[in-house]
Amino acid sequence: METAAAEGAARAGVRFVLNGSPVDVWAAPHETLLAVLRDTLGATEVKYGCGEGVCGTCTVLLDGAPINACLLLAVQAAGRAVTTVKGLGAEGHLHPLQRAFVAHEAAQCGFCTPGMLLVAHAFLADHPRPTRDEIRSAIAGNLCRCTGYTRIVDAIEACAGTGKAARVEPR
Amino acid sequence: MARRTPDEHPDPFRIVGRPLPRFDVADKVQGTTLYAADWRLPGMLAGRILRAVYPSARIRRISVEHARGLPGVAAVLTADDVPQNALHEDPTGLGLSSFATPVLAADRVRYQGEPVALVAAESEVAAQAALEAIEVEYEPLPGVFDAGAALAPDAPRVHPDRVNLLIHWKLRQGDVEAGFRRSDAVVERTYRTQRVDHAALEPEAAVAWVDGDGVVTIRAATQVIEHFREIAEILRLPHNKVRVMAPFLGGGFGGKEDMTVEPYVALLAWKTRRPVRMLWTRQESLLARPKRHPFTMSYKTGATRDGRLVAQEISLLADAGPYPLLSPRVVFAALVVGCGPYRVPNVKIDARAVFTNNVPTSAMRGFGAMQVTFAYESQMDLLAEQLGMSALEIRSRNFLQKGDRLPTGEALETEAALPHITARAVDALGERSRPSAPSGRVGRGIACNMQPYGRTVWFRDRAQAWIGFEADGALVIRAGITDLGGGQAASLAQLAAEVLGVSPDRIAVHIGDSALTPLAGGTFATRQLYMSGNAVVKAAGELRAMMIPVAASLLEAAEPDVQFADNHAGVIGAPERTIALARVVAECARRGIPTSLLSGFQGEHAAPIDLETGQGRTFPDYTFGCHAVEVEVDAETGTVRVLKLAACHDVGRAINPQSVEGQIQGGAVMGAGQALMEEVAVEAGINLTTLFAGYLIPTAMDMPDVRALVVESGEGKGPFSARGIGEPPTGPPPAAVAAAIQDAVGVRLMELPMTPERVFDAVRARPARPKNEARGKV
Repeated sequence: METAAAEGAARAGVRFVLNGSPVDVWAAPHETLLAVLRDTLGATEVKYGCGEGVCGTCTVLLDGAPINACLLLAVQAAGRAVTTVKGLGAEGHLHPLQRAFVAHEAAQCGFCTPGMLLVAHAFLADHPRPTRDEIRSAIAGNLCRCTGYTRIVDAIEACAGTGKAARVEPR
Repeated sequence: MARRTPDEHPDPFRIVGRPLPRFDVADKVQGTTLYAADWRLPGMLAGRILRAVYPSARIRRISVEHARGLPGVAAVLTADDVPQNALHEDPTGLGLSSFATPVLAADRVRYQGEPVALVAAESEVAAQAALEAIEVEYEPLPGVFDAGAALAPDAPRVHPDRVNLLIHWKLRQGDVEAGFRRSDAVVERTYRTQRVDHAALEPEAAVAWVDGDGVVTIRAATQVIEHFREIAEILRLPHNKVRVMAPFLGGGFGGKEDMTVEPYVALLAWKTRRPVRMLWTRQESLLARPKRHPFTMSYKTGATRDGRLVAQEISLLADAGPYPLLSPRVVFAALVVGCGPYRVPNVKIDARAVFTNNVPTSAMRGFGAMQVTFAYESQMDLLAEQLGMSALEIRSRNFLQKGDRLPTGEALETEAALPHITARAVDALGERSRPSAPSGRVGRGIACNMQPYGRTVWFRDRAQAWIGFEADGALVIRAGITDLGGGQAASLAQLAAEVLGVSPDRIAVHIGDSALTPLAGGTFATRQLYMSGNAVVKAAGELRAMMIPVAASLLEAAEPDVQFADNHAGVIGAPERTIALARVVAECARRGIPTSLLSGFQGEHAAPIDLETGQGRTFPDYTFGCHAVEVEVDAETGTVRVLKLAACHDVGRAINPQSVEGQIQGGAVMGAGQALMEEVAVEAGINLTTLFAGYLIPTAMDMPDVRALVVESGEGKGPFSARGIGEPPTGPPPAAVAAAIQDAVGVRLMELPMTPERVFDAVRARPARPKNEARGKV
């Protein structure tokens, strides 16, 4: 049941591609992509962290580029491709970055992890052989309160193949 | 007697000590973990809180009729609607006094952001509209906004019926006056630490509903499922009619130790009989959720010419905000470890927390022990400087050793390994870096610390765990722990795997449900590896003891020759003689022998301390550490950059070394954030830091790689001699960074955070120092 007049009246149909599948949603003009992803589409792998575009927790890829979903209006996503962490690996088949994050324990609470993985993915696509400083600069818009970042940099570096070989997952 | 060096591993472990990947991390990287805010139920309402706009005011009138009448509004609640509008607290845990904290402010608000009314509505937008339609008429009152000023006899009272002094703990050992007379060097300084936010990336959230059986159920981001009891009291329900479930947390750090959303979302669900979700915005969380206490710490420290500490007189003052929460316990921890990991024969400490109308303060990683590290380690450096010694030298002459008497009069029961820890941290810095710019000055510093793990012994702490085999040989653990992200659940699987020979991927761990998992007492005080780890090892050992005779008879072997490994029972030394554990389970079932059990671990307990002298038994044990840092200070701008950070802790035994290192790295960076940049600024009770854009926590570019160094002395009181490591690594960085700044530019900062402005001002205020000075060099 919708209440506020503005909320009901001015909804617009928005079509975009989410993790490879087209979706159609109705979104109010003020609604952020984050709200539509989480509340309308149930894409709860995208996290709310601050709503100010500061923490990067809600990062998704928009046509392959990382953006803060809390700062983009849903209507602005029309006709674009949105990728969440669920679009990174296939079911039961982890993306190498995901494997590296597990092997290096680059996630603790895991709340920043979906955003961190997406930023790392986009970064490595453009910078196949980064230095550790370049990795740190690339993820500087994504806050992590648990790890102190060292393991995250390790995991990304391992995937880039520039650092020491990725830790083998012990059985 | 052969004595092990702290790094030797004499015991043959199969699973413990391996850097196993955590099962929860595999879920988290795929985005499948359902955190508190991710839960959805049909017909779920949005819950919101109306918060006080003044830090100190009388509520003359609240008018909710208009809000109640708005479309989509299911409930608007005020203090009158709360069955028991009081949270009864025993601030000391000693039954000395009781305190009733209102759930919703009734006639008076005591801090900006205090909950005044609740709304549940069909959507967040409708809930927001209802909040805006509630009319509250306030009469602003004088408030008290400074901890020192709060103690003045004529200060406004935060609570009219009691003085502003919330707690005053005392510790008296020996004779400090005589000690200072015998001292060749005395250093007297006052240090200040700031208000800090936990800034867990997951804001506070919960979904609550009244289940089919009438049980009010709250699935919340909480460290403590045992709050179900307090919620039941508020609702005036029997305790067994409230259930709290804690999914994996998006970080806690003590910020989810007190209740946050739980009582409010429970009230709304109970009143509306519909599911309600409450999410606090980041801005709400920054505004009103309890912070780390700002401390003012006056230290007077005396030592002999050869650098031996003789006396320490300490006064600690913490701003508690308007309600007790955990403040008395925080300052108690600060009292106990106020002298740090050093022998001091004459000690006098007064530790106080006072009520103010500032934002509340309570538990945060480090819990009082963190703040005092900044003071006692700075004092050690200043003494070293006065006595012409190195920072290392003065520390090594005073380090606590096993058997030494602590200021509380109790003996340290475990090895502290401090010389070894310190040497490793210092060595790890390697060669001194060169400045990156002409105005750059490179400096180094160290800081050691001790942090209790486990609750104060008079709480008679207990944790339980249930463990059982399924018919296929898979194992199930049920434990009421909550997992903050530190691997609390995975470590229990690793411990059970060690004892029962089940591979970790064949173990399911069910945690954090007050209805279905045996209670374990909350994840705080660095207690869960110690408490629940011991409980699981005990339960697994008891289960193993019941099943070994059955396995022995199946294998036709003597019981002492039977081992459980790799999901099989086998005969030691005869690799061909094995049977699947599932077969042992089936045989147990045939013979009527249970293959599951509930067990528990009782922590150490003792009588309360003497309240006049602070003498007695306090904490079960401590974790010791040393951090060494190298910084570059820009002498022209005051900017401080941490170039190297080596953090070494004795963890007794690393159950999962990778997780241990992760705790150390993350804790050290959190401590470095407090050292250099973090501050919740509050002026006259008004919080100026309510945007995340204004509350700076370290980014990946602000900090270097942290070199985590793990020492395993085999001396802890946790499972397989482990010590807790959750909180300890946050302590040392501020003092280590302060020492490094002094080494670089010759000024000692005594107030946190050490921002560029403060460093710049200090550098400018100080005359150029002579070269070749050997002060406090590492």
